[in-house]
Amino acid sequence: MNEYTYPIIFGIIVGTAVRVFMLRSDYRQYPTYLHGKIIHLSLGFIAAGLGTIAIPSIMEKEFTAVTFLTLAASQFREVRNMERNTLTEMDAYELVPRGNTYIEGIAVAFESRNYLVIFTSFTVTLCYLAFNIWVAVIATVFCFILSHFLMSGSTLADIVEVEQSELSFDGAGLYVDNIYIMNIGLPERQEEILKYGMGFVLTPKSFSVRSTIANLGQRQAILHDVSVTLGVFRDSGTPALVPLIKRDLNDGRIGVFILPQEKDPVRAKEIISAVPVLENAIQMPTKRKGRGAKR
Amino acid sequence: MKMEKAILATITTQSNKVSGGTAVFHCETKEEMEAVAANLEAILDGIAHALNEQLYIIVKH
Repeated sequence: MNEYTYPIIFGIIVGTAVRVFMLRSDYRQYPTYLHGKIIHLSLGFIAAGLGTIAIPSIMEKEFTAVTFLTLAASQFREVRNMERNTLTEMDAYELVPRGNTYIEGIAVAFESRNYLVIFTSFTVTLCYLAFNIWVAVIATVFCFILSHFLMSGSTLADIVEVEQSELSFDGAGLYVDNIYIMNIGLPERQEEILKYGMGFVLTPKSFSVRSTIANLGQRQAILHDVSVTLGVFRDSGTPALVPLIKRDLNDGRIGVFILPQEKDPVRAKEIISAVPVLENAIQMPTKRKGRGAKR
Repeated sequence: MKMEKAILATITTQSNKVSGGTAVFHCETKEEMEAVAANLEAILDGIAHALNEQLYIIVKH
């Protein structure tokens, strides 16, 4: 026992607690299983340890110890690779795949959460050693709020208007509103689609959003989320019954065609509105200064 | 090799409109054509697309 014992224990506990707080299993169903969770909790514990130890090392003038943090960085980049590989492997067996953009988003989130843990442990231990435990407790609350804030991105409801729209056939062509989806030849398939299918039109609220919702990864994420939550009316070997999203080239609206197991338009609208906007799909063409800045 | 976008079969009631290059199934009536197309769609894991009232193709996407 020395003067660093309690600050280190405190820092590690808070860091691990932040990781627990950020580790949620929701409709994305990942990580669902106990083993997956244990992996992430252990890594969170290690991250907390690394963040905590940095402060006493500096105070003891052991500056080289800080280079351990670089080790941590490469370690957590490995976490990102691990998640990406696992999810990509599993994606091939999904009826409606997540798509690579979504997977990359999840993998990045796993990596960045470990850095948030390091940051939390670092700050909390620093506050404990530099001031006292009460300042450290305040820093803990602050870090939890910050983590919560950084963890939640925007959703589609922030950037588009979602409206339900009728499905219709013009000959063999399937349309959502006036957006062409695909050609369905067989009359019995057409009947199934009209019976089980639902159509939605997403209208962008601003110019920048057009390219975000046009992103193929973002579109696949919408289809995946809806299919996971409402079920999907299809099986392997029925490519005609695949949910699709197509774009209206004139005004950038997108037409969403889905085939849920449960036909509940209100719920479907809520789900589409709550789909996360993928970081990798966000583009800001109007951020450029000068030409086009005022559009 | 993974095949992307290929016409796997053609089903028609108008035989003079299609020839060679793909498997062609000639049918007598529209009903027969639809039945054959539905079967082939299931067997080949493709989608039956209608080009017009007399001509269906099965496409692997």
